[in-house]
Amino acid sequence: MKARVIVTLKNGVLDPQGKAIEGALGGLGFDDVGSVRQGKVFDVELSGSDKDAAKAELEQMCEKLLANTVIENYAIEIA
Amino acid sequence: MKSAVIVFPGSNRDRDMFHALDMITGSRPQHVWHTESTLPDVDLVVVPGGFSYGDYLRSGAIAARSPILKDLVAKAHSGVAVLGVCNGFQILTEAGLLPGALMRNAGLTFVCKDVMMETVNNATRFSSQFQKGQVWRCPVAHHDGNYFADAETIRKVEDNNQVVFRYAEGTNPNGSLNNIAGITNAAGNVLGMMPHPENLVEPLHGGLDGRLLFESLLTAA
Repeated sequence: MKARVIVTLKNGVLDPQGKAIEGALGGLGFDDVGSVRQGKVFDVELSGSDKDAAKAELEQMCEKLLANTVIENYAIEIA
Repeated sequence: MKSAVIVFPGSNRDRDMFHALDMITGSRPQHVWHTESTLPDVDLVVVPGGFSYGDYLRSGAIAARSPILKDLVAKAHSGVAVLGVCNGFQILTEAGLLPGALMRNAGLTFVCKDVMMETVNNATRFSSQFQKGQVWRCPVAHHDGNYFADAETIRKVEDNNQVVFRYAEGTNPNGSLNNIAGITNAAGNVLGMMPHPENLVEPLHGGLDGRLLFESLLTAA
């Protein structure tokens, strides 16, 4: 089973890297860019076939390691 | 005073810390490799600076899940003094021993220079030999030192006098909230700080300002 975990910064947390990318896009002539927030994507392969169990396990992975919940949110997608 | 320095793959200030502790406390610290399960019986455990695991995932994130951390958390909860410097501070926040997180510097660049620090709380075992309000010089060398916590956490940390060191007015090198350079846990036995006091402890370093932190620990032990 394939799953994708998307980790993004919480609203209100300053993202200097996103800001720098935003500036660089502007410099390339992409004038309509309002803002950019940078995040992370993890593609995880799991051996089981129970989607609910996998989702629960992925949530644990996010809480324990993949995300720092002080500053980040996470979303889980299972194919 | 007995001390131990935990070493991770990618630690690079562990020897500086070892030298400072050896010289100032007069007793040689023990190096402890991160795969060990138990720390020795010591008065102080130091989590040194560096780039543990190449800063993969987030600075300090992987090191904070190392086998030795389990015993470090237990020792911290039992009241043993724990000092985390730079990457060590990042590891202690990732491990949940200190509140908040260290984010990418606001200026996006790696900052390597001396900053001025103000000791705002000298009623801790890490800062008793400083005068309250004393401004001192200390080297910093980091890319992720921008202290962040939500408003409620910041309020608690401030109300509980957990901020020990601030960057002196106008010298904040990384965008840290409230100019925070070093904080303790609520109990006061765990300190995390971004600057490197171990790198300003002998004349050849160009100053002795950092010695006061180690002398404070020595007085408390």
